[in-house]
Amino acid sequence: MTVPTPLSAFARRPASPPWRTLSSPADLAQWRPGLVDGTPHGEIFAASRDGGGAGLALALAFDRTRDDERPWLWVQDRAALRLAGRPYHPGLPSALRRRLIHVCAATAQDALFALEEGLRCRDLAFVLGEVTGNPRALDFTASRRLSLTAERHGVPLWLVRLDAGVDLSSARMRWHARSAASLPPRWNAAAPGHPAWHAELFRARSHPPGEWILHDDGQVLAAGPPDPRDLAAGSGDRSLAAG
Amino acid sequence: MLLADARALCPALAVAPADPAGDLALLERLALWAQRWGPWVALDPPDGLLVDTTGTAHLFGGEDRLLDDTARHLVGRGFAARLAIAPTAGAGWALAHYGPERAILCPGDSLDQLPVAALRLDPAAELVLRRLGLKRVGDLGGVARDALARRFRSARAPAANPLVRLDQLFGRVPEPVLPVRAAELPLVQRRLIEPIRHRPLLDRVLADLCADMARLLEGKARGGRRFDLMLWKVDGEVVQRRLELSAASRDAAHVARLFAARLDDIDAGFGIELARLAVPWSEPLPLSQRDLDAAAEAHGTSLFACIDRLATRLGEQAVRRPVPQASHVPERAQHWVPPLVPGIPGQKQPDFQTRPLKLLDRAEPIAVLHASPDGLPHRFRWRGEVHEIARAEGPERIAPEWWRERSGTRLRDYYRVEDRAGRRYWIYRAGLVDDGRGGIPEWFLQGLYA
Repeated sequence: MTVPTPLSAFARRPASPPWRTLSSPADLAQWRPGLVDGTPHGEIFAASRDGGGAGLALALAFDRTRDDERPWLWVQDRAALRLAGRPYHPGLPSALRRRLIHVCAATAQDALFALEEGLRCRDLAFVLGEVTGNPRALDFTASRRLSLTAERHGVPLWLVRLDAGVDLSSARMRWHARSAASLPPRWNAAAPGHPAWHAELFRARSHPPGEWILHDDGQVLAAGPPDPRDLAAGSGDRSLAAG
Repeated sequence: MLLADARALCPALAVAPADPAGDLALLERLALWAQRWGPWVALDPPDGLLVDTTGTAHLFGGEDRLLDDTARHLVGRGFAARLAIAPTAGAGWALAHYGPERAILCPGDSLDQLPVAALRLDPAAELVLRRLGLKRVGDLGGVARDALARRFRSARAPAANPLVRLDQLFGRVPEPVLPVRAAELPLVQRRLIEPIRHRPLLDRVLADLCADMARLLEGKARGGRRFDLMLWKVDGEVVQRRLELSAASRDAAHVARLFAARLDDIDAGFGIELARLAVPWSEPLPLSQRDLDAAAEAHGTSLFACIDRLATRLGEQAVRRPVPQASHVPERAQHWVPPLVPGIPGQKQPDFQTRPLKLLDRAEPIAVLHASPDGLPHRFRWRGEVHEIARAEGPERIAPEWWRERSGTRLRDYYRVEDRAGRRYWIYRAGLVDDGRGGIPEWFLQGLYA
């Protein structure tokens, strides 16, 4: 039987957590993904037929913990497992693949339990969750509970919401994510290249919202402006002028 | 002769029932006691003990004094014993059974005069030797070795083959013996004055038991991996609950909490009168971690506590870790193991293979439109939506593993594709048009790239 952490316990935490280092408004205006923000709880809305949601969550989480050698937890509920697949060891980033601990939860309640237990564990680098739809168990109270636990123990949580509507949540950053056209590979221009994601930050506690094309360049999570090529197909070799 | 006939002849005959199990238990206790003369003691049922006295004779002042000491103690406990010291277990056994009293085998002594029964043979082999006229151990030396080997060539067991026994007697082949070790099961129990019928009291008793067990284990510097809780009910039934941990622990609160999840369905009936907690499987655990639960509030739980909690609620199968496996069929290239089992270092995956982040448990059939049967796909329909392929790479041909699969399994041509929206997938065509293993090849979607 898990004894729930009383909410009063959270009142004793230090007033300014160590990860909140952005303070001046100029810094905030210049902020883009990949810079320090120390979000302990982020939420990413994506479609289940798009692997980019989990890819972006993994890139955002990995960006904070590049030289962390601790294991990390990936929690999926059963529908997410069926719709979006199971983590594949040879396809995971090489720095992460040895340290994955995967949890398959039957229901959303079990997934929330696993997420919270993971957040309380000091030996985990970060926790990644994948929950399908808008389950009744994942209401505002549950998300606030996750936020507080993540802040208290300093373990970041990235929750991927597959095929979900935007509901109430206390996540510090909320994103809409989808795959973007990949970077051109070095040798074969006709092949898919390094993954990139179109990420729209539509609600954040301390940042202005924005839209970026993100990719992981091996050192940092690089952010670029949203590409107009996203909206219309490339012109190819035809002329752009109609006449 | 039947017991009734014997009693008819001699009515004053003293009779005692045989107790082989009791004799064996006595021999085991005696074996532990006999460790005073040597660190390793093995049983030689029904009535013998083998003590390895290597390096211990000087503690008693020589081998003859060692035998004197042994004889005095055994006589003092009421045993009649025949003793011998020899360099090998076989020679020691032979001298103790058929040699002179308190024999000590020195270099240069001969064992030739011992009867062949001293070779610890089974009756059939002994009978063969007697019919051959071989009565003494020395007689065997007079027969050509290959003749004996030919006669007993089908006898594998040492007790059926005189050559093996002879070699063991002279120390030419090793003879492993199984020593007896004392193992003490950590056990705590609470006898209850009043049978308990309610859950809060049971939780209290369980917490006390776990605290007792934690103290007991701490004294031994060990941690439990398996905990057995047994509850005796007044009406004569016993309820048993078993708990296994992923790592050795003696944290009372942790164990009590894990047990509490398993006690919900207990029917106390007329009450529980005796509760006992045993640790049949324990591992060494240095005295370092304590107060796990209070520390968890401040510093978070440790990894093994987290995994125990997850596995107790979600099941052992739900918390796993992928490890690579030697196979080039994608779905077989990984398998799942418990999270704290160390992985086997395998071959490094080549860099030029780009594998998807996630793999569907079952590859899903898709309808594909392509320019030519062997060409790149143009568009495909998956889960009711059409994906226009903008970029593709392939095929990467993966042949079936003939040593694992049926002969009719078709090869797969894998393509990495990206559609116009940027979504990246791993699709394959099962088979070729003219491979003779089925009709038109079908297409499947197996993986999703990041």
